[in-house]
Amino acid sequence: MTVDSMASTRPRGDCVQLLTPEGERVTHPGYEDVDFSPEQVRGFYRDFVLVRRIDTEGTALQRQGELGIWASLLGQEAAQVGSGRALEPGDFVFPTYREHGVAWCRGIDPVNLLGLFRGVDHGAWDPAEMNFGLYTIVIGAQSLHATGYAMGMQRDGAEDAVLAYFGDGASAQGDVNEAFIWAGVFNAPIVFFCQNNQWAISVPLARQTRAPLYQRAQGFGFPGVQVDGNDVFAVHEVTKRALRGAREGNGPTLIEAVTYRMGPHTTTDDPTRYRIASEVEEWRLKDPIERVRVYLARNGLADQAFFDSVDEEANDLAASIRKRCIELPDPGPMRMFQQVYAEPSPTLERERAEYEEYLAGFEGSHA
Amino acid sequence: MGLKRFKLPDTGEGLTEGEVLQWLVEPGDVVTVNQNLVEIETAKAVVELPSPWAGTVRELYAEEGSTVDVGTPIIAIDVPAEADDADAGEGGPTSDFHDVAGEGSVPEENGRTSVLVGYGPKATSAKRRPRRSAAAAAAAPAAAAPTESVPAPVEMPAASVTVLAKPPVRKLARDLGVDLRSVTPTGPNGSVSREDVTAAAEAGAEPAPAAHGGPGLPMTVPANGWVPELSFDNAAREARIPVRGVRRHTAAAMVRSAFTAPHVTEFVTVDATRTMDLVRRLKTLPEFEGVKVSPLLLVAKAVLLAIRRSPIVNSRWDEQAQEIAVRGYVNLGIAAATPRGLVVPNVRDADALSLPGLAAALQHLTDVARSGRTPPADMQGGTFTITNVGVFGVDSGTPILNPGEAGILAVGAVREQPWVHDGQVVPRRVTTLGLSFDHRIVDGEQGSRFLRDVADFVEDPETRLFAWT
Repeated sequence: MTVDSMASTRPRGDCVQLLTPEGERVTHPGYEDVDFSPEQVRGFYRDFVLVRRIDTEGTALQRQGELGIWASLLGQEAAQVGSGRALEPGDFVFPTYREHGVAWCRGIDPVNLLGLFRGVDHGAWDPAEMNFGLYTIVIGAQSLHATGYAMGMQRDGAEDAVLAYFGDGASAQGDVNEAFIWAGVFNAPIVFFCQNNQWAISVPLARQTRAPLYQRAQGFGFPGVQVDGNDVFAVHEVTKRALRGAREGNGPTLIEAVTYRMGPHTTTDDPTRYRIASEVEEWRLKDPIERVRVYLARNGLADQAFFDSVDEEANDLAASIRKRCIELPDPGPMRMFQQVYAEPSPTLERERAEYEEYLAGFEGSHA
Repeated sequence: MGLKRFKLPDTGEGLTEGEVLQWLVEPGDVVTVNQNLVEIETAKAVVELPSPWAGTVRELYAEEGSTVDVGTPIIAIDVPAEADDADAGEGGPTSDFHDVAGEGSVPEENGRTSVLVGYGPKATSAKRRPRRSAAAAAAAPAAAAPTESVPAPVEMPAASVTVLAKPPVRKLARDLGVDLRSVTPTGPNGSVSREDVTAAAEAGAEPAPAAHGGPGLPMTVPANGWVPELSFDNAAREARIPVRGVRRHTAAAMVRSAFTAPHVTEFVTVDATRTMDLVRRLKTLPEFEGVKVSPLLLVAKAVLLAIRRSPIVNSRWDEQAQEIAVRGYVNLGIAAATPRGLVVPNVRDADALSLPGLAAALQHLTDVARSGRTPPADMQGGTFTITNVGVFGVDSGTPILNPGEAGILAVGAVREQPWVHDGQVVPRRVTTLGLSFDHRIVDGEQGSRFLRDVADFVEDPETRLFAWT
């Protein structure tokens, strides 16, 4: 199938969809017995609203001069929350720089994400503790790190899996294709999760690939699955199965979550210069949150009080992260000597001493 | 917490300014956190700026249409104390937003001075902190340093980077207190060698020339046309001119044209003696009394007649419709240098005018333009332009199309030159015509034919007039 067919409500062919944009529960061959509890669906909805609120607050803070840049996830909430909630505690995530929703699912404090884009640190969470790697700005580089990590897990005999994120643009990177080869050849316990949001900055999907991305997996010798990336049910189930397969020794899976980046690539670009408004409007009708909201309301799984309480929670969260972001202290210049190397070295010590002396040469105290 | 001022942030990695497109609030409005205040257009995008605080708008500092430097306050908002705490819009001691009372870019403890996070703009945040050193006791600004004859400047003056010398030689010079600019270079490619530096050190380095003492531009240069009086900054050795008004418009139009329409320029040199004779004779006619008869008038006539024969040069590229719109009329633009800069007013339906009518229209248009009173409407809707670079004494150029037009003709100076006429080399009055055309629309064949028609008219106006009309 091609992306064009996503224009219709029901994707054709192999693309897995379990919840239509109209909030209608549907099935897909092989997925007939999938079920979600009301609690689980309300949980997805809460995640969605909070993550979107974090994201809009990030954009607002950037526009107010509080962040240097922000990469919005707007429109990709289902792809991120659906896959993030499919993880088991022992699984390890390698994100790009846009996985705010997955970070949320892993329990990362959103202020840590804001701090990175504010430029006060490079990510203030401990990857080993959170099982969530640092944001990787270099496109696709994390796919190789993830594959190596998965091969390490395999050699440790661990029954965990790695979930590696990347985008449609990264699919054209050498790193990603090399990662596919290694993961396939060594049967690594890894799930490659491609959020195909249709745009690599200003380059459309049609300039990245001729064939649908999920079909690439076949050439590398492992299965590829295409899923409606704005359908949290489908994303969750497909990811869960792929992770389970990896843990059970069945090797890698490539998941192509077909979604759409509703905002700019980052706050620095202007998408109206390279894509047409009607395309954005078309995807607005496929909003991942709205369909879950409709599903909850139509099936009597949530009342107005629930929706109101989630909105209120989102507002409180936004105010809290805004306040804490603005109060983040700027790091002193000496901090760069602390965390780059695990152990001190004579060269590092000398450079640190020289820099200290240099800073002391200015009037007024510093450092 | 009282009155707070929101400064224009850098909304996209390294921007230095933004244009205020539209205010979405006005004084007296009550705003909430993240309510959009204003639309700003930067070099990268049009963005809406949301309010960092809840409160009441007190004052807008920037008018719509104005360009504002990053870091400049654009709006004042009265923030009630309780709201300030509740919505957490304003932070604690490390907040980047200053109270108006504490205004003035006082550096904070951490060295950050402005509302900005991000990379580029340094106007408010990159002031050099003074070094703690003996020289600092003199308390003189850095610019004064090079005039001192003390041969021990610790920091090399910025200008020394223009002197060629290898890094070890630079270090040696610094160690010996030699100003590289005072050294006569003998090394390869005019570089300063190690020996040059040691020799200079032994001879005793001479004082460096003052920043503007030597040859080069004086400190101030009087105004010239649209270029205002230039005052050179001693340290930066640059003079800065704000880009606004006609300059801004011209720059935008030229860039738009140069990067959308592929230009081709052709030249032809012609004997304009007969045209000059005709100009002289026309001046005596009562029909032309009170109006200026110039070679430009006849070139304009030539263009109008040639357009009839090659209407394709009088057209425009309609990108949206993917069509070429060939005009059935000619609004003839004349590029004019004015005190405000370059303006291109046009004569409406110039092809419908008689020659005296055209002369009067051209004169009126240039008079108004020179006085700087050309209304914007007169500059819109042009279909073909003539630029008379000859008045500046030059022969030709490669003119850039006025956006939305397919052709522009440059008319050079008319000079008496040796020319082969009737088999003899004789002095003739010669000029050069340069035509640029939009190659999306006009090919070399059509462009050449048009230019040749204009040239033929200039060489022999009377016969062409009879032949073509």
